[in-house]
Amino acid sequence: MMPLEFQGRARRLGDDINTDYIIASTRKKETLDEAVLKRYLLETVDPAFAASVREGDVIVAGRNFGGGSAMEIAVTVILAAGIKAVVAQSFARTFFRNAINNGLVPVECNTSSIGEGEALSIAVGVRGATVTCVASQETLIGAPLSVAVLGILESGGLVAYLRAHGGRLT
Amino acid sequence: MTTPMTVSEKILSAKAGREALAGDVVTCNVDLVLGTDASSPMAIDYFERMGGERLHDPARVMFAFDHYSPPTSGKTRAFHDRVRAFVAKFGGTILEVGEGISHQVAVERGLALPGGLVIGADSHTVACGALNLFATGVGSSDLAAAMITGRVWLRVPETILVRLVGARPAGVAAKDAALALVGEIGADGANYKSVEFEGPGLDQFSLEDRLVFSNLAVEMGAKAAVFPADEVTDAYLAGRATRRGTPTRADAGARYAREVTLDVASLSPRVALPHAPDSVVQIADAVGTPIHMVFIGTCTGGRVPDIHEAIDVLTRGGGRIASGVQLVVTPASREVERRLTDDGTLARLAAMGATVTTPGCGACCGTSGVIPADGSTVLSTANRNFKARMGPQSVSIYLASPAACAAAALSGRITDPRTVSP
Repeated sequence: MMPLEFQGRARRLGDDINTDYIIASTRKKETLDEAVLKRYLLETVDPAFAASVREGDVIVAGRNFGGGSAMEIAVTVILAAGIKAVVAQSFARTFFRNAINNGLVPVECNTSSIGEGEALSIAVGVRGATVTCVASQETLIGAPLSVAVLGILESGGLVAYLRAHGGRLT
Repeated sequence: MTTPMTVSEKILSAKAGREALAGDVVTCNVDLVLGTDASSPMAIDYFERMGGERLHDPARVMFAFDHYSPPTSGKTRAFHDRVRAFVAKFGGTILEVGEGISHQVAVERGLALPGGLVIGADSHTVACGALNLFATGVGSSDLAAAMITGRVWLRVPETILVRLVGARPAGVAAKDAALALVGEIGADGANYKSVEFEGPGLDQFSLEDRLVFSNLAVEMGAKAAVFPADEVTDAYLAGRATRRGTPTRADAGARYAREVTLDVASLSPRVALPHAPDSVVQIADAVGTPIHMVFIGTCTGGRVPDIHEAIDVLTRGGGRIASGVQLVVTPASREVERRLTDDGTLARLAAMGATVTTPGCGACCGTSGVIPADGSTVLSTANRNFKARMGPQSVSIYLASPAACAAAALSGRITDPRTVSP
């Protein structure tokens, strides 16, 4: 398996960013169109966040990112905003699953030294994940993903995985 | 000799058809697939994109119209229409508006049985674990994959063993004990893990009480929250289920990531402060906080014993709701509504001035029901008090037992329900 690699700008968030904070339930009752919902990304935490997101940004958070509701739109709205990876101290399990199933790369590592706006270089493979802060050249080691989980992520998510495997979960 | 296993490991081994120990990733056969009107429209999108042509087993698929019950706009009603059209084509069961919350109805109808595996695109699906099964919340894509394949991939979780000991004091609700546990373990303390309950204190907790514990376990991140099967389980299932399921106990010597003893005798009423369910204090530390809306309902606090607990306190305190307080009551299901109609509870609540709404999730996550006023403070029997959870960002939500909610409805302030007297 080839490692997944990409670069991006760190967007710092704190601990316990739950899925309601990522996108409010009261927004998703109006529409499920991520192109609309991305305007409200993280509005409860920071009303200015959505407008400041650039393609290729990386969310960097503390503990328990994505807790609370299992709503999958919390993942797909992040992707719609152009964010391809989230680096966090830890993920709530439902968010982690939904991220894998949609090809959003979740990296679990010690994020305390990463600052807002820092350039990051991320690589994820079966041997583990690394997050390198480009300026300081400090490399953080992330938790490895299991082969089964990496297989879904590398396929681009559960849709592509099932299509490639004849509609079977083996 | 086989490895001693936890309940979770045993159930997932049986469903995977191979030994499944903590840390293994296995693919399991699913007994019941639950969707909601909030998660199913997206699951139908995934189903189509995955090339789904049929449901693996329509008898095991149920969609509940619970979050938008009733729909408050054409847009939310369109979510229902989408699911109706899907079921007309592919099968599955719809729980219509007012029939109740997905996992609550699954429990009532005897569809969540000991030894089973239930997945639901609703994080509070874990509640079903009160009946000795592995029940877990997933997103819409996993739901769609399970609809098509009848299977789900799961990493077998490590287990936290919670031992309940000590005699339960009068005036301490299951919600108080469960909140105390969430406060102790923390919002991510059980993340990726299963919580399994045991101990001599178990038999003091009814099946409905156990649903409260299992329900709130997701507020500490738990993947599942499993009780043993015992006479309480059997009594609840009698008349509801045609099968007994496969009661499953942990082996002696099963390995636990952590063991926690909850001394029920030491407990007193609890409150979770805004804006985190694990920000739990003794009620004495919050007494006096002015309250504008009291919400009694949801999959945590909207069952028959909860609403009985509330009306007992309301009646004991004279039955007069404080000026400026709105009391909203939402039964968790039609069965709850019917039983509370038959015994006169809902009529008495309405006579006191309560707003009784359609069964479902109600005001819990701002999707239906009564929206609290800007800047107001809510005391609720629900499980989540995140900022903006019920709609406006300026609302402060406190969580407590039905008794404590009733006490606040009488006084207009957070009040220890044990002090309510005629």
